[in-house]
Amino acid sequence: MAEEVKLMKGNEAIAHAAIRYGVDGYFGYPITPQSEIMETLMDEKPWETTGMVVLQAESEVAAINMVYGGAACGKRVMTSSSSPGISLKLEGISYMAGAELPGLIINVMRGGPGLGTIQPSQADYFQTVKGGGHGDYRLITLAPASVQEMADHVALGFDLSFKYNNPAMILADGVIGQMMEKVILPEQKTRRTEEEIRKAQPWAALGKSADRERNVVTSLELDSAAMEQNNLRFQKKYKTIEENEVLYEELLCDDADYLIVAFGSASRISQKAIQMARNEGIKVGLFRPITLWPYPAKALNAYKEKVKGILTVELNAGQMIEDVKLAVECKTQVEHYGRLGGIVPTPQDVLSALKEKLIK
Amino acid sequence: MQHEIIIAGFGGQGVLSMGKILAYSGLMEGKEVSWYPSYGPEQRGGTANVTVILSDERISSPVLNEFDIAIVLNQPSLEKFEKTVKTGGILIYDGYGITQKPTRKDIRIFEIDAMNTATKEGNAKAFNMIVLGGMLKTTPMVKRESVMAGLKKSLPERHHKLLPMNEKAIMRGMELIQEVK
Repeated sequence: MAEEVKLMKGNEAIAHAAIRYGVDGYFGYPITPQSEIMETLMDEKPWETTGMVVLQAESEVAAINMVYGGAACGKRVMTSSSSPGISLKLEGISYMAGAELPGLIINVMRGGPGLGTIQPSQADYFQTVKGGGHGDYRLITLAPASVQEMADHVALGFDLSFKYNNPAMILADGVIGQMMEKVILPEQKTRRTEEEIRKAQPWAALGKSADRERNVVTSLELDSAAMEQNNLRFQKKYKTIEENEVLYEELLCDDADYLIVAFGSASRISQKAIQMARNEGIKVGLFRPITLWPYPAKALNAYKEKVKGILTVELNAGQMIEDVKLAVECKTQVEHYGRLGGIVPTPQDVLSALKEKLIK
Repeated sequence: MQHEIIIAGFGGQGVLSMGKILAYSGLMEGKEVSWYPSYGPEQRGGTANVTVILSDERISSPVLNEFDIAIVLNQPSLEKFEKTVKTGGILIYDGYGITQKPTRKDIRIFEIDAMNTATKEGNAKAFNMIVLGGMLKTTPMVKRESVMAGLKKSLPERHHKLLPMNEKAIMRGMELIQEVK
């Protein structure tokens, strides 16, 4: 049967993809610009079909702790929010990382700081890839740039998160969440049985059987020496992820004199700016990180002596630029262009910035 | 071929749904489409707008600074978007919401008396379909059958009885639209 092409918002695509992946539970609290995720789930009533639980919690903090609880039972569970709500969830995310629990968190970013605005932003880059919550932990971070990727990253996020027993985040923004595009949804999978979960996640707190010790899921370890060992184990895992799970896309980079590095909606806007620049004879390429952590530093490093300059385009005041500078060891000029507080730049704005900051 | 369109007006005028139906019509013809709305507080009372792109190729940016066609349904939208029409492009307005008419000479300007007609003919809800029909007359980027198929796809089944009324409104819009010279 031919797969049906549908037209929907990025937020709606996430909801449909979650049902089809066989997610066991969604726990959320509404906030613009991502409320369509829970709205769509409520419309679709997956509890009547796949048995997926969809629950509006009393707060963001409650929702992430429900995710912690579900994950501790080995279930595929998720939550979503937007920037201010994600700040509230950070304690729970750090606890999940500390307890080595898988789970998917979606942040459809809006302008901050504080309650800020409801318009699109990418100002939570630092928060997501540099910690956010406390302790030496890392969050697997995917940056979708289309409605199709919003759908695809649900499966990818869960797969990675269960492969490494670590929370994963889809870091989207208001543009990708609110826009409609064509999408092909994945095949419907069935939810796993408890038997399958017990087998795949032997650590899951699903009830003790007579033949084994009880499973304890916790991030607490009062013995510092043991806690250091835990941390060393985490670090080793993070290194494995950095070596194996990096994703990025290169567009028109082969002959490029200049590079734009951008993720999510900024990369889409930059693509158009690159077409415009090439029409004027300026050879620009696009390097788009798909995983923001692990960061595609090695791939980017290859451009340090190949291009005359790099412009990072971000919907923030210059956050990812730090990782770009580290990646190219500051061996080529790296500049930043961005708009703040919910303003989305146009392709013309990006082209002008490219000329002004790099080409002159 | 790529058509880059902005539709702007007051919240509640059906701006976003007009864009949605256009996007669905493109989908019916197998085109690449994108629909990006202004969302949030401006939807009630203030101005709302939506960018729709129909293309034969993969669409890069859903956000644009200039357009082939701007449909403006109130004065603030005209002031904001008249200058964003590409040279040789098209501006469509409904005189009902416009106090100061567009002035550019390097674009084609069309007027459509949609609001008054819709009200007079007792069909105020189909206002946006009249405007859409007018636009399709100026630029037949999708077939009328595709629009009807798109409408059917985007409307819940309980509203399918409204399809003939919408088709009539589209045809009315095609008759009403007039180039301003």
